[in-house]
Amino acid sequence: MNMSTPSRLQRVLSEGGFAVTAECGPPRGANPEVIRRKGRLLKGYVDAVNVTDNQTAIVRMSSIATCVHLLEMGLEPVMQAVTRDRNRIALQSDIMGAYSLGIRNILCLSGDHQKFGSQPDALNVFDIDSINLLRTVHTMRNEGKDMSGFELDGPPKMFIGAAANPFADPLEYRVVRLAKKIEAGADFIQTQCVYNLPRFKEWMRMLREEGLTERVFILAGVTPLKSAGMANYMVSKVAGMDIPESLVKRLAGVPREKAQEEGMKICLETIAELRQINGVRGVHIMAIENEEKVPEIVVAAGLMPRAEALILGGSHA
Amino acid sequence: MIVGEQKPIQEIKEMVAPYKRLLILGCGTCVKTCFAGGEDEVATLASSLRLAFRGQGKNLKIEELTIERQCEDAFIQEAARSIADSDAVLSLACGAGIQALARRFPTTPVLPGVNTTFIGVLESQGLFTEECLGCGDCELARFGGVCPITRCAKKLLNGPCGGSRDGKCELDGDTPCAWQLIIDRLSVLGQLDNLRAQVPPKDWRLSNSGGPRKLVREDHII
Repeated sequence: MNMSTPSRLQRVLSEGGFAVTAECGPPRGANPEVIRRKGRLLKGYVDAVNVTDNQTAIVRMSSIATCVHLLEMGLEPVMQAVTRDRNRIALQSDIMGAYSLGIRNILCLSGDHQKFGSQPDALNVFDIDSINLLRTVHTMRNEGKDMSGFELDGPPKMFIGAAANPFADPLEYRVVRLAKKIEAGADFIQTQCVYNLPRFKEWMRMLREEGLTERVFILAGVTPLKSAGMANYMVSKVAGMDIPESLVKRLAGVPREKAQEEGMKICLETIAELRQINGVRGVHIMAIENEEKVPEIVVAAGLMPRAEALILGGSHA
Repeated sequence: MIVGEQKPIQEIKEMVAPYKRLLILGCGTCVKTCFAGGEDEVATLASSLRLAFRGQGKNLKIEELTIERQCEDAFIQEAARSIADSDAVLSLACGAGIQALARRFPTTPVLPGVNTTFIGVLESQGLFTEECLGCGDCELARFGGVCPITRCAKKLLNGPCGGSRDGKCELDGDTPCAWQLIIDRLSVLGQLDNLRAQVPPKDWRLSNSGGPRKLVREDHII
């Protein structure tokens, strides 16, 4: 699809592999050991690691710095960039800086509202929205120009991602919005956690009908649930989360010490079903502060080996 | 209209405490309509302050006056005599009115009695909602008459975020998702195709980001 970039994630996807990515939340402090520990857990089990940008509006180490720590360990980072905290000047500057440091993938988001974070008294920016950020990165890459039309000395050749929530309302419009994101420049899409498979399948069907799965790589999000309590918490606190009542009951129906195991089973069943859906090109595992579970999921889901040879042989141009 | 809300009485008390002769000046236009600064609010506030200070044995002489608009010199003039007789003015106008007064009477302290909140409408009795940010480049035509710059908490120009559920904003269950309203309205108008358009970034120069704005109407300059 689109332009070829030095991204290893792009190579895995365009060569027809079923990609596996995981999430890495930066620490609330300047200690890089936390990242290195997560990096060691994930290395060899995933094609890329997605680094959040002050997720849920809680102040953390920057995504760009965390990505560099992962790069130094030989992992392939995906830098998340939200439009909540930086105006167009800062965003473009960070994209160039990130690329200069070896970051090859970017996920463009608007970001969680600061109301939900640790500093709700902050001023938000939202100078541009996520679709205009996608277009900006795309223009920088494909035309080598910044938003003012200035020709850049070295375009950042990023592999560009966007988020989609198939479970938010209204369903019909979700497809239009995804089409807009692709048109603006998205190469890959990372979805909200999938629990409601019928609705996700319906969304995928609509995407195929519009020919969108031919134009973009869809990575379906999964998060293993640890308990019925966690499921209820996510539904009430996480924006746009859809967990069917039947799954909550299933978790509540097993003894407390077995709940996590049941959550894993659900996660693995979900991945197995996702792999059968035409147009799903990979999974994005969001094991929030539970990264040690990722290798277990990847192995149990039968997703090993990862394209390790490809990764080790990948150029870092 | 410009919507405002009277400051808490404690804050007002602390502000006016240093003065002996205070003029409480109401404004008879916007803030009157939203029950923040018209004649009635001036009278109630004056009584509350008199009572509070009397209880503390402090003698504060309060004069009450409401003029049509504090943002226009022609009306401000009507308050000139009362202002001359006062140590300070507690203005119940919006921020523009307060500053217009301060400009007109440079040696008199002008204190704000109202927090100016937004440009909005009276949605139902007792409920005012924000509808306009005064961005300087109205795009309501493409959004079916619902402003996402003001009414979407993320100022999204290209559709709802992933937090829109059952027509409500993720911020709280009482706030409608502006994009749901836009979609509903465009649907009724038969203009759903508007949603497919890529809306470019906003030119914030026309907003307050370009510095304080001014409007010159040559045809009205005498």
